[in-house]
Amino acid sequence: MTAPNSIHPNSPGHSNRRLDVREGRVDLSHGGGGRAMAQLIEDIFRRHLDNDLLRQNNDQALFGPVRGRLVMSTDGHVISPMFFNGGNIGSLAVHGTINDVAMAGARPLYLAAGFILEEGLPLADLERIVIAMAEASKAAGVPIVTGDTKVVERGKADGCFITTTGVGEVPDGIVISGERATPGDAVLVSGSLGDHGIAILSQRDNLGFGTELQSDSAALHGLVADMIAAVPDIHCLRDPTRGGLAATLNELAAQSGVGMLIREAAIPLKPEVRAACELLGLDPLNIANEGKLIAICPAERAEALLTAMRAHPLGRESAIIGKVTKDPQQLIELETPFGGRRLLDWLTGEQLPRIC
Amino acid sequence: MKFIDEYRDSALARNIASAIRTEVHPDRDYRLMEFCGGHTHAIFRYGVQDLMPENLRFVHGPGCPVCVLPMARIDQAIAIASQHRVTLCTYGDLMRVPASERQSLLKAKAEGADIRMVYSTQDALAIARAAPDHQVVFFAIGFETTTPPTAVALKTARAEGLSNFSVFCNHVLTPPALRAILNDSGQDAARIDGILGPSHVSTIIGSAAYAFVAREHGLPLVIAGFEPLDVMQSALMLVRQINQGRRDLENQYSRAVSPAGNTKAQALMRETLAPRETFEWRGLGWLPDSALRVADTYADWDAEQRFPVEVTPSREIKGCECPKVLRGLLEPTDCKLFGTVCSPENPMGACMVSSEGACAAYWSYGRSRQSNRATTASAA
Repeated sequence: MTAPNSIHPNSPGHSNRRLDVREGRVDLSHGGGGRAMAQLIEDIFRRHLDNDLLRQNNDQALFGPVRGRLVMSTDGHVISPMFFNGGNIGSLAVHGTINDVAMAGARPLYLAAGFILEEGLPLADLERIVIAMAEASKAAGVPIVTGDTKVVERGKADGCFITTTGVGEVPDGIVISGERATPGDAVLVSGSLGDHGIAILSQRDNLGFGTELQSDSAALHGLVADMIAAVPDIHCLRDPTRGGLAATLNELAAQSGVGMLIREAAIPLKPEVRAACELLGLDPLNIANEGKLIAICPAERAEALLTAMRAHPLGRESAIIGKVTKDPQQLIELETPFGGRRLLDWLTGEQLPRIC
Repeated sequence: MKFIDEYRDSALARNIASAIRTEVHPDRDYRLMEFCGGHTHAIFRYGVQDLMPENLRFVHGPGCPVCVLPMARIDQAIAIASQHRVTLCTYGDLMRVPASERQSLLKAKAEGADIRMVYSTQDALAIARAAPDHQVVFFAIGFETTTPPTAVALKTARAEGLSNFSVFCNHVLTPPALRAILNDSGQDAARIDGILGPSHVSTIIGSAAYAFVAREHGLPLVIAGFEPLDVMQSALMLVRQINQGRRDLENQYSRAVSPAGNTKAQALMRETLAPRETFEWRGLGWLPDSALRVADTYADWDAEQRFPVEVTPSREIKGCECPKVLRGLLEPTDCKLFGTVCSPENPMGACMVSSEGACAAYWSYGRSRQSNRATTASAA
């Protein structure tokens, strides 16, 4: 982990005193470019995220050429609460960016991480976050190779914000893009929707309803690799994060200039998610996910793709939920279990509970 | 989900739809007004209209508390928050409702007013407890359904001696609104053959509160639950009444509603709140005895007394047909602003703001149907 103007911990004058991770808190000196900052980087970031490229100790990571085409993606993570059932902001920051890279059909290679820390953040919390990032990155086989740390005054951030950037390589012959959905194509989803959003909501201070539901936060590049191996001609992949299924399908429809017809009864939903949404007056199709993907492929390859998805641990509950239609208005229609139809629209503003 | 899935059974829905199609007389129309936004929401969300025969139409009523709140009350809330520098707590639906001068609570918040979204009165009380030196105002809104929690908050505040908590009361009552619609005998009065009556409201005030509809106005009314099968079964009950020439008060939502309602909640409301002589309803104008204020015995917790602000009359946006939509006189798509300058992203009228508003429901769920109709019409 490097930072502009950082003092290398082995440089003359560096104290051997360890950071008090158990009791200490982030203060402005941890972002000041001095010894305290070097110590923070050494004792938390480098200690847990250690790898060959990070150990270069430069302000950038230098690595060799890759074989395929390159993709790059970046994502800011600002989540409240920072710790939740099934992960924390650190694991989320790793999974989120790996997934954004993987949705091009790419093999993610490297990550960079930028931290904005609020003065007063307990160092123990920061360490938990970094450990979660290290574990997520190791499990995914995608190292964090460079980064940056800034500290802002108390009240100017919400504990910890993380921006992660990822690069990956796309195998030759693979062309996956949001503009490729074609009328007649099948629409698939890799599992139950809304788990992440409801897990987060349930742990907000002012809601706190009892659920054991865990966030679905996960890195999906392994699932994507298996899908591509089975069906190379996947037209679109996207992870339905903020805005949920509704936003993602509308994005893809707009990009491709098509409509879609989705069967509501085919969409996998956990009973806990349905119950929480019922209670709060929310639509699970607008709720965020962090470990699910939407795939669109030619109808004749849909069953083969579904089989490949279900064979992967992260795709066991995959389902074919509908088809792409020809519609100049680019509307997503939902066939209700009653046989009626309604629109599945973009979310307007923030999804808010109804009054009665 | 127990007690939910039973009311969304698709096979049962098709059976009820089939029964309705069998029973309606082909030579007449059936115009059924659903009073509540919850009904409107269910009709659109589940595509209930698609299952109905062509000659049965749902007419959307005024039953969305956000939609009927006049601009002046939002203006007043913004003034309380900004002039008196209090923390204003409100339910989420209200945040984007247009106020005068293109303001809204959300914009006022962005400009520095301390406006917070809460999920319950208990959240607002907790904020007040946590900051005893700072004044907290709860923006209370809703029909009789959401009134008891406000009553409990007032009682709690008094019991705890919470001197930094008060209520800006905007609770409105459904029977006077229904009366106003049914008394409208003007040329453009909505033609209604039967009414789907409020369900959650009736759990509080009881079904007997609507007996006047049949008795005084000669219209059948069925208290109807909010689940799609509730709405469909209630429609069937209304069709049967209409066909048989009956004008009765019936209760489809008997699993939750009794004739007398929740007497304990009613007592709480009587203790803490009092009727206002008159109150302005968007679309219906000033209606006597149609709203509640904080009772004199709880005046110390009345935000309107504690934080006086100048109240200016409402000035609705030119061309906005919300008032007519709320009375069932126009469909949302008849409004010139619908889908042009008025959309959920940029609402001109309150019916486009709340998810229970008729315009928002048309836009979010029913736009495709409208375009299909237009396509069919132009092809014909």
